[in-house]
Amino acid sequence: MSEKVLMKGNEAIAEAAILAGCRHYFGYPITPQTEIAAYMAKRMPKIGGTFLQAESEIAAINMVYGVASAGKRVMTSSSSPGISLKGEGISYLAGTDLPAVIVNAQRGGPGLGGIQPSQSDYFQATRGGGHGDYHIIVLAPSSVQEMAQLTIKAFELADEYLMPAMILADGTTGQMMEPVSFDFEIKEPPAKPWATTGTKGERRHNIANSLYLDPEKLERINNERFARYEIIKEKEQLAEEYLTEDAEIVVTGFGIAARIARNAVDEARAQGIKAGLIRPITLWPFPDKVYKKALKTAKRFISVELSMGQMIEDVKLATECKVPVSLCYRVGGMIPTPAQVLEAIKQAAKEVK
Amino acid sequence: MAVVFDRPHALLDVPFHYCPGCTHGIVHRLVAEVIDELGIEGKTVGIAPVGCSVMAYDYFACDMIEAAHGRAPAVATGVKRAYPNDLIVFTYQGDGDLASIGTAETVHAAARNENITVIFINNAIYGMTGGQMAPTSLPGQVTQTSPYGRDPKACGYPVKICEMLSELEGPEYLERVTVNSVKNVMNAKKAIKKAFQNQIDGKGFSLIEVVSSCPTNWGMTPKDALKWIDDHMLPYYPLGVYKDRSAGIDKFAKKEG
Amino acid sequence: MTRKYLFAGFGGQGLLFSGKVLAYKGLIEDKNVSWLPSYGPEMRGGTASCGVTISDGPIGAPIVLEPDVLVAMNLPSLDKYEEKVVPGGYIFVDSSLIERKVKRSDVKVFYVPATKLAGENGSSALANMILVGKLLKELGDYNADSVDKALGKCISARHADMLELNRRMMEIGRDF
Repeated sequence: MSEKVLMKGNEAIAEAAILAGCRHYFGYPITPQTEIAAYMAKRMPKIGGTFLQAESEIAAINMVYGVASAGKRVMTSSSSPGISLKGEGISYLAGTDLPAVIVNAQRGGPGLGGIQPSQSDYFQATRGGGHGDYHIIVLAPSSVQEMAQLTIKAFELADEYLMPAMILADGTTGQMMEPVSFDFEIKEPPAKPWATTGTKGERRHNIANSLYLDPEKLERINNERFARYEIIKEKEQLAEEYLTEDAEIVVTGFGIAARIARNAVDEARAQGIKAGLIRPITLWPFPDKVYKKALKTAKRFISVELSMGQMIEDVKLATECKVPVSLCYRVGGMIPTPAQVLEAIKQAAKEVK
Repeated sequence: MAVVFDRPHALLDVPFHYCPGCTHGIVHRLVAEVIDELGIEGKTVGIAPVGCSVMAYDYFACDMIEAAHGRAPAVATGVKRAYPNDLIVFTYQGDGDLASIGTAETVHAAARNENITVIFINNAIYGMTGGQMAPTSLPGQVTQTSPYGRDPKACGYPVKICEMLSELEGPEYLERVTVNSVKNVMNAKKAIKKAFQNQIDGKGFSLIEVVSSCPTNWGMTPKDALKWIDDHMLPYYPLGVYKDRSAGIDKFAKKEG
Repeated sequence: MTRKYLFAGFGGQGLLFSGKVLAYKGLIEDKNVSWLPSYGPEMRGGTASCGVTISDGPIGAPIVLEPDVLVAMNLPSLDKYEEKVVPGGYIFVDSSLIERKVKRSDVKVFYVPATKLAGENGSSALANMILVGKLLKELGDYNADSVDKALGKCISARHADMLELNRRMMEIGRDF
């Protein structure tokens, strides 16, 4: 299927998951991601897969935990309030070193918040989200094509590093339709000798577990897990750099914010301002290398976010606060405009002169 | 010398951590004997709960998964849906796990007639955390968090799982047993075996509620605890088959006309 | 070149669908396209809108804040978006539903009694397609071949009669 079709971002995620070999999906309705469940409900029965509308997000993530323990590719999706409910299960997946894919089509918060797009679950996603020391891989698509591509990557990374991976989308990227091609090469999932698929009388029992009452053992396992995280940080950072070569003002944002920022950067360049854009694609691991590189010419960073300023902290960490980092934001389901970002760029340009 | 009593193969040679007189050991053994007799150890996956039996994963020789508190039926659903024809999946849960924090998962797995086997240990107390009031603690029962006795006005009434689930169309088989006498242990084993056989036969959700004792947290000798089951638990939690759809048994079915 | 379209009106007027046909037409003509609906409770009977961006280059923000082309299918939409249209842009008004005239003088305005025409020709629910036909014509962008292909992508083969009716509505708009 190499022909491009117009598809909603949410549907592209669902189709890509199926292509990646995911045959088990568990969900619970919540706006703005229900298209994923609807798509799975339609497709899964026809390809011998499981679509199950669980009794709650909590149940859904634990069904995911069951399938992941049994070694098969599995996915769930939700939106912000629902992801909070899944937090417990995500922590257990991380503590048991199980691969699974979770989609968050973010909406405004906190609490019930709203249903319009937001990026205010950045902290929750990149810091783990549940209890305990752990991370999950967080991928931030900014187009429908990337929704598909990064979903497949999420399954691959989850399997490779034995941990949950999240697609951190938002109401806009989930709802928008763009051309998408599903011409992907899908790697075979690795063997999973640890899976609980029955001993068949041939081996000692496998145990999927995150409980270690011996503190020394639990400390060792945490250290081992974090050693693995270091490898991921080294190998898996992804970001798009746009006109950053000589950029004095580096605008940065992920997902929909980057799309808006890109328009503003183009306009700033047209006005003679040396502006550029860094668009993180992996939010965890955060692509700090490209920020360090941009420091060669950057006099100022502007973080464009649909939040009160969350990613900006990682930008400051990545740049070690060597130059000022300012925030350009809207929240509550409101979206910054290219004009607003352009204003921020012009202001910054004035200040660095 | 002839061996007349041995460890079931489905139990590993690991000492239990359970208190003296605790009936978990008996029920573990019954489950293991049934797995042996049905010859399913190699294709069985057990789901351990959070609570006293949290480390059941160390005792059973089959593959095991440790679930979050109350979520075992959801985890079991995942495993069973991943391998509907190849795996036998059971959960082993206490009353806090199954009837309090995991009520929704229990009810909906039953409503879906999920083809799994649930072993439910009801000893009317939270054992692992040191003897707090459980959803199944009896009215008047003294626990660490009901020091003046459970007052239904303040804490509500105990949850009767078999009665409650039997109202659903979904479940195949619901039976309440106990293990406080040899005869009752034999009955309990029969019920557990049937609950596994139902799954093998593809009949669906089977739950065996085992009325159990907790001498430590009840503050009794093991012997007195077994008697307390007869005197206090069973009047509130009557034994018997609550639902056996294939046999046409439905204790609370509305009479025609 | 990048052109941004905004379809606005009531939920149920087929705004999302007409945006999709337009987007597919762009895709068939090898352009970059993006389609973004309003979503949520407003989809069910309130005001709804749908933004489409068609460009020769990469598309930045898919959100249409300042459309080059506005299709207004009720008064609240015209009130809300008239001022947003870029100078020199286009406004297409369903004049059977909106009585007032466009106030601006720096945009090209076309009044089409689309709902009335659609009703006279078989289905008032297809007024949207009359407006799409008209806007493609006025923008010099009506390519019958890609219109046909786009309709084919948006309407399943099982509903050949609907496809035919949609095409006819677009032609009525084109020829109005």
